[in-house]
Amino acid sequence: MSETVAQLSKKTGASPVLQVAHLSKKLGGKPILQDCSLTLNRGELKVLIGPSGAGKSTLLQCINCLIPPDEGKILLEGRALNVADRRALCAFRAQVGMIFQDFNLFDHLTAEENVAIALRKVRGMNRQDAQRRAQEELGRVGMSRRAGLYPAQLSGGQKQRVAIARALAMDPKVILLDEPTSALDPELVGEVLAVIKDLARGGMTMLMATHQMDFARALAHEILFMEQGIIIEQGAPDVLLAEGSATRTRDFCKHLLEMGA
Amino acid sequence: MFDAAFVSQELLPALNRGLLVSIALIVPSGLLGFIGGILLGCVRAFGSPWARRLGDAYTSIIRGVPLAVQLMMIYFALPKVGIYFEPYGASLISFILCNSAYQSEYIRGALLSIRQGQIKAAQALGMDSLQTIVWIVIPQAARRALPGCGNEIIYLIKYSSLAYLVTCMELMGEGKVVASDTFRFTEVFLAVGAYYLVMVTLATWLLRWLEKRFYIPGFGAR
Amino acid sequence: MNSLQVIWDALPFILGGTLTTVSAVALALGMGLVLGIPLAVGQVYGGTLVRAAVGLYVWFFRGVPILVLLFLSYGLCMSLGLAVPPFLASCLVMGCISTAYQSQIFRGAIESLPQGQLRAARALGMTDGCSITCIILPQALRLSLPGWANEFSILLKDSAVCYVLGTQEIMSRATAVAQRTHEHLALFALAGVIYFILTLVVLKLLRALENRVHIPGYSTGGTVGMGAAG
Repeated sequence: MSETVAQLSKKTGASPVLQVAHLSKKLGGKPILQDCSLTLNRGELKVLIGPSGAGKSTLLQCINCLIPPDEGKILLEGRALNVADRRALCAFRAQVGMIFQDFNLFDHLTAEENVAIALRKVRGMNRQDAQRRAQEELGRVGMSRRAGLYPAQLSGGQKQRVAIARALAMDPKVILLDEPTSALDPELVGEVLAVIKDLARGGMTMLMATHQMDFARALAHEILFMEQGIIIEQGAPDVLLAEGSATRTRDFCKHLLEMGA
Repeated sequence: MFDAAFVSQELLPALNRGLLVSIALIVPSGLLGFIGGILLGCVRAFGSPWARRLGDAYTSIIRGVPLAVQLMMIYFALPKVGIYFEPYGASLISFILCNSAYQSEYIRGALLSIRQGQIKAAQALGMDSLQTIVWIVIPQAARRALPGCGNEIIYLIKYSSLAYLVTCMELMGEGKVVASDTFRFTEVFLAVGAYYLVMVTLATWLLRWLEKRFYIPGFGAR
Repeated sequence: MNSLQVIWDALPFILGGTLTTVSAVALALGMGLVLGIPLAVGQVYGGTLVRAAVGLYVWFFRGVPILVLLFLSYGLCMSLGLAVPPFLASCLVMGCISTAYQSQIFRGAIESLPQGQLRAARALGMTDGCSITCIILPQALRLSLPGWANEFSILLKDSAVCYVLGTQEIMSRATAVAQRTHEHLALFALAGVIYFILTLVVLKLLRALENRVHIPGYSTGGTVGMGAAG
């Protein structure tokens, strides 16, 4: 069902889900983000890459105002977000999923309760419906059998899958992923990437910061390259990473490969 | 309302007199209690099983019974079996006994928290037991015990006021006499409270300064 | 033999005082719990003014000995012309002290939680109020249990000095009988034993509670020992 919707929207042309315009942020007088703008169309996966300290994480957290930006506009489906309106901000965040590098599962709740709590407290769902929905979402990420376990009893990869289920349960219009695999042991990266791949194929709109270049090359519609708080390059992976292209993105990727080898 | 003559001629001289007695209670019982705490803490950490059991029992009895009861026992009850103390002596003894037990708890915890690997590493470098204790164990244990032991001293400052219960004329006792004579309970005990606040605040600053002075990045975050 | 007879005769009277002690401590702890949590939340998440106010309150009630506060409350009631029963005055004074201490226990627990917990709650669209009550407090209160057990044991021992106001609790009854019979040793020993047993029983109960609400991955190890021995 969602797949057909995604294909449809691709054929009928772009419809922006999330627009970010001229976002700037200073911390202690030092500019962390400078005039960052981007647009995410329905069903698109865009990947943020860049050296650590480039501001990728800050950009993602500014988009749903976990770090309030100093300047700039954020539009969800064409409607501008008024940061001062706490209610509107909460409603906005409920529609924008967020996956953290360090999972941030609620340590006092089981996997299932982690998924259900926002459904109950934010969506106002009753306990049974929330539980049923949580089971469904956990099933989607292959975690049904561990629904009753607490975060401390799960591996890193399992925690991240629960975190993804938690975000999915809110029916987000877009998901922001902040290096979802970089806190994981190498052998656990695959299971999380597989889940994200499924989401991308299903037409989920996503903005993801990552160092997984193979993943970006294979699935991203567009790569945004960030350095020192500025988006300096932006384009389709084939273009930016094309043989012989003199882009910073390509330099950076070559550097990554050499470091890995 | 505010009676300057009463404060300057009656209240403050009495409280200053009491303050000296309070300090004469706090300083020796703090020092001796700390030494007692180190001895007791070592026994409870490394002693023979029987010594350990004895130390644990002593500590849990002292910690399970209010200081007021201990004080009353020493002052009112021991004379029954022929042991007499003056108010000051009874207070001092009871504070030392009590403080040792509480301090030993932190000392023991600090000693037991030192990892075997640290001691092994010291031995592997050729240190003998004394060197290991002086250069490795004590510097680490002291840092771990400092916050707890310092807190105990702050408690001691406040609980020294209990000496009044056995008619020792310290800060609290002097205040109570003035209050009963003049019936100005509010003013008198606000002033007494201020004296204690100053002492406690000074002790807190000193403790913070010590903690900062001996701070090591990352140590204790284990 | 005579001492045993005195203890036996005085036992019902002093056990009656135990009831007073227990209810006073329970009321004070309850008051501290109800007021300490909002104070802690205010101190962690509040503005400068709220933080300063809570800090001042805590500084005062942690810095002044309970004896001084008891007499101060007596003086205040007298000058305001209020006839407050000693039991109530003792409860209020202990409650104010416990509020100060408990707020610091809860504050420590809240501050020890990882920053990401609040961030994740907000990212899901929870309001700040919900984030604190649904996510932060359930975790912080669990972490506070050992400190809370310790606070109970301290408050129980502090309650022994409430007899200076004339509260009819263990200590005041033991002193009264001792003055009449001159059996100080026996009666204070009895009082000590009652306090000791009370501490043991309640700490056992709290330990059971701690096991009941235990969740894998919460290390409350270190401080448990301290509280339990007291």
